[in-house]
Formats: sequence, structure tokens, C-alpha cells
Amino acid sequence: MSLNLGVLSIQGDVNENILSIKAAIDALDIDGTVTSVRTPDEISKVDGLVIPGGESTTIGQLSLFNGALKILKEKIEQGMPVLGICAGMILLSKTVKDKVVGKIDQPLLNILDIKLERNSFGRQRESFESDISLNSIGIPTFNGVFIRAPSISDVGSDVEILSKFNGKIIAVKKNNVIGVAFHPELTSDISLHKYFVNLTNTLKN
Amino acid sequence: MLPLSGERINAKGIISEKLDSVDTLRGSSTLKRGFAHMQKNGVVMDVTNVEQALIAQEAGAVSVMVLDKLPSEVRKAGGVARTASIKIIEEIMDSVTIPVMAKCRIGHVSEALVLQETDVDMIDESEVLTPADELRHIWKWDFTTPVVNGARSLAEALRRVEEGASMIRTKGEPGTGNVAEAITHIKKVNDELRTIKSIYDSGDNQDLVRIAREFKVSYDIVEQTAKLGRLPVVNFAAGGIATPADAAYLMSLGCDGIFVGSGIFNADDAQERANAIVLATTFWNESDKVKEAQKMIDERQSIHGLDVKTLELRMQDRGGLA
Repeated sequence: MSLNLGVLSIQGDVNENILSIKAAIDALDIDGTVTSVRTPDEISKVDGLVIPGGESTTIGQLSLFNGALKILKEKIEQGMPVLGICAGMILLSKTVKDKVVGKIDQPLLNILDIKLERNSFGRQRESFESDISLNSIGIPTFNGVFIRAPSISDVGSDVEILSKFNGKIIAVKKNNVIGVAFHPELTSDISLHKYFVNLTNTLKN
Repeated sequence: MLPLSGERINAKGIISEKLDSVDTLRGSSTLKRGFAHMQKNGVVMDVTNVEQALIAQEAGAVSVMVLDKLPSEVRKAGGVARTASIKIIEEIMDSVTIPVMAKCRIGHVSEALVLQETDVDMIDESEVLTPADELRHIWKWDFTTPVVNGARSLAEALRRVEEGASMIRTKGEPGTGNVAEAITHIKKVNDELRTIKSIYDSGDNQDLVRIAREFKVSYDIVEQTAKLGRLPVVNFAAGGIATPADAAYLMSLGCDGIFVGSGIFNADDAQERANAIVLATTFWNESDKVKEAQKMIDERQSIHGLDVKTLELRMQDRGGLA
């Protein structure tokens, strides 16, 4: 059966992820499609989902409003693979605080047991690119694009650390759930998107 | 994967440095334009104080834009409009978790440097403030902080991108509560994009270079834009947006997102209107949700609109010839 991938299309860089997933599907030569999904009905039909970068408060509030948050949580808990990028990783977490403002109350999916700090590397002027590695999933070097990025200071026992940058955790995995602090969709390297498409394909079949 | 081309090698705004002995790069086009990509499908709201910034964040704004006065108040006050108080910008930066942008005058390099040093997330070189230099815009490649510019046409937009703008917005006519000019500007840009794309597709380089000369930009940027069929940076709508339906219509014309100036905090139902405009921007293609959003506002509370034909001051003309 054809693989049906989705990119959550509430706010943020949706098209960039659609292009990366499309390129990954082509490179892997898998029978699959990728579409932007927003309504609970559209979300219910996908085999795997990317939650893109954007503003986590905006994506959270609006997906609470249209019912997307509820079905997302159900599907992820039932095993649907999900790749949360930057804001997407924030939404997957249990609790968040902001580097400057401190404790914040925003709608979250409450899936990953991680201690997350928003805007952890500073404001936009401090946004940076640097080589990182995701060795445990077979990606030795990757150009990490960090834009007002979050980081993780601690993880629960069931969460695997995929990568660190200067002591801060920047990528995690828990079974079907991947969270990264950087933006693979802003580079021409599709290896992380390929890993995700492969994971979805394996879990479906 | 995204064509974020247009990097200027060795631009002053790019900083290579070691962070705890790891090589890093700041201020690259990927990072500056990438920031704008994260704002897509969102609403940036003009605010003048912490209280308004918190209302904006609560409503789901993707950023706030700090001004000393809202555009309609600038229009009424007359005189010279300058960048906002740094103290107020910093208070707002300490209060919200979403990005904070601020405006500087067209061509005023030092105001922009002050805003960069303040660590705002994006600088708007804006026609709402009184231009410091009508003929020269800021050379934005020198900045590590991304800069957004207004444009009324594809030529103006590409001139700004060539100077290093990381994002474009329509100018519209600020502070009027009248969306007509923003609609005119985005339609003009779309029309010109279709024209250059068809010239590119036909392989007529002779005509493409004519366009470059007419636009007063390089052949390369015209060719790159024609090939993409869209602006090489994110393109928002701005200027005169007052209602949810205004926002939804501009999104339907292909804008990547919305800036709202006076339309929210000069209305008498600011909180509901902020919520409603965010909803209409997100769900612009679901007509039941746009109706629901429009129902949240009361037309009797809208900003009093101005007919553009009767205006003494047309902010959109500022810096337009350069």
C-alpha cells in the first residue's frame, strides 16, 4: 500500500518540509505521497507526520482550536511516526520554559518526557549554523541550522539522545517520535527526512 | 529542501566564530531568510507597549512589531516619526516568548545598528517612519539581524532583495484601515512575476535583460526570480488590514502571511480582533472559519477607514523611487 505522509499545515515552513519529504520519497524510490494536512479528518489519514518549524505558541493554540491537537496526540500514542522540528519538538514535549521569560503555559502534546528550554541559544542574532552528528541513526555529519532554537537539558529514561551540541541536547527519539532543534528542511541535505520516511515505511509494513 | 539562493559571500553581516571550540556561522542568508520562513502563515502585530504585546501573543501572533506610535497615530501626529524607545522594546523583549521586531527609518543605518545591538529579532526599514534618506536604503548585507522592507511592485521588491532584505511585505497604505492599496500591490507583484516567468520559459534572454534594466536590478536576480516564479524571499501583506476578511483575502492572493498595523490596537475590540485576524489568516481557505472569525468582530468597533484618494501623506511613496 502506498505510503501517505503529511506535514502539519497550521503555521510555519510547511512547503519546505513537503519538498524535503518529496525528495526523500524519490531518493528512496518508495511508493508514497506527501500532502499538507490541517483538519482532524486529514490528519487521521496519514501514516506519518512532520510538525514543521514555526512559532510553537501559534501552532499550539490554533491546533487546539480546530481539534488537530487531540487527534495528533491519539495517533502519536497509537504509534504514528512523527518528526517534530524546532517548534514541532516544543509541541511534543511535556513542559517548557523560556530562557528569558521563564515558565510558560502553552498548549502542548505532552508526549516526550524532556526538560525543554525555548530560545535556548539566544535571540535571532545568535541563530547559527554548525556541523552536528546524528551517528546513532547513521548520519555522521549534518549541517545544523539553528533558528532561535530550543534545547533539552534532561530526558526521561525512555527517551534516547540522538545528538548534542556543546553539552546541550538537540535531537531525541522515543520509539516512533523524533524531535530535533534544528531545521533540516532549510538545507539541501535530505538524510534526516529520508530516515523519517524509512521509519514510517518500516512501521507501516 | 529550499532554494535559499542569493548568498553574498563575505558579507559583513556574516560572522564566523567558535562557540566552545566548535565552528559556527551567524548571519548567513539561510539563517536570516530562514527566520522569515518560520513566520509563514502567521500574523505580525504592531504594538506600542507590553500590554498590547501580551494580547498579541495570547491571540497567536507569530511576532510583535514595536513602534512608538501606531501608523494611524503617526499620520495624525504629523512631524517626524523615529524608531521606538529602546527601553520599551527591551521591556517587551523581556515579557513575550515570540520574536520581537522593530522599525527604523528608511536609510537610517545607525537606527538599524541600534536595533541590532538591542537584539531585536528582525528590523523593519519602514515607510511608516520619516525617511532619513530618500535615495539610499540601508545596505542590509552588513547586518547579522534580518531586515524586512516594503514594496509596491516587483521592481521595488527586487531592489530591496538586492540590498540584502531577508523578507518583503507589500507597502499598502499604512494607518488607513483601507486594504485597497495592499491588494493593488500584491496583484501587481503577482502579475509581474507571471510576466517574467513566461519570458523565462520562452527562453527570451533579450527581453529578460530589458526587464532587469527597467527594474534597475541585475540580470541575475531577475533570472533567478523568473525561474522560481516567486520572490526569492518570504512575502507578506501589510498596510491597511483591518478585518479578518481583509487578511483572508490577501492570503488567498498568495501572500505568505500578514502584518497588521493600526487595524487591531486602534479598534475598540482589540483582543477579539487580534484572535479573529489570526484565525482568518490560518484558516483562510476554510470559508466557515473565516465567517466565524468575522463574526467575532463588530464593524462598529473597526478603525475608521480613510479614502486613499484624499490623503495628504502617501507613506507608500517614501523611498519608492530608490
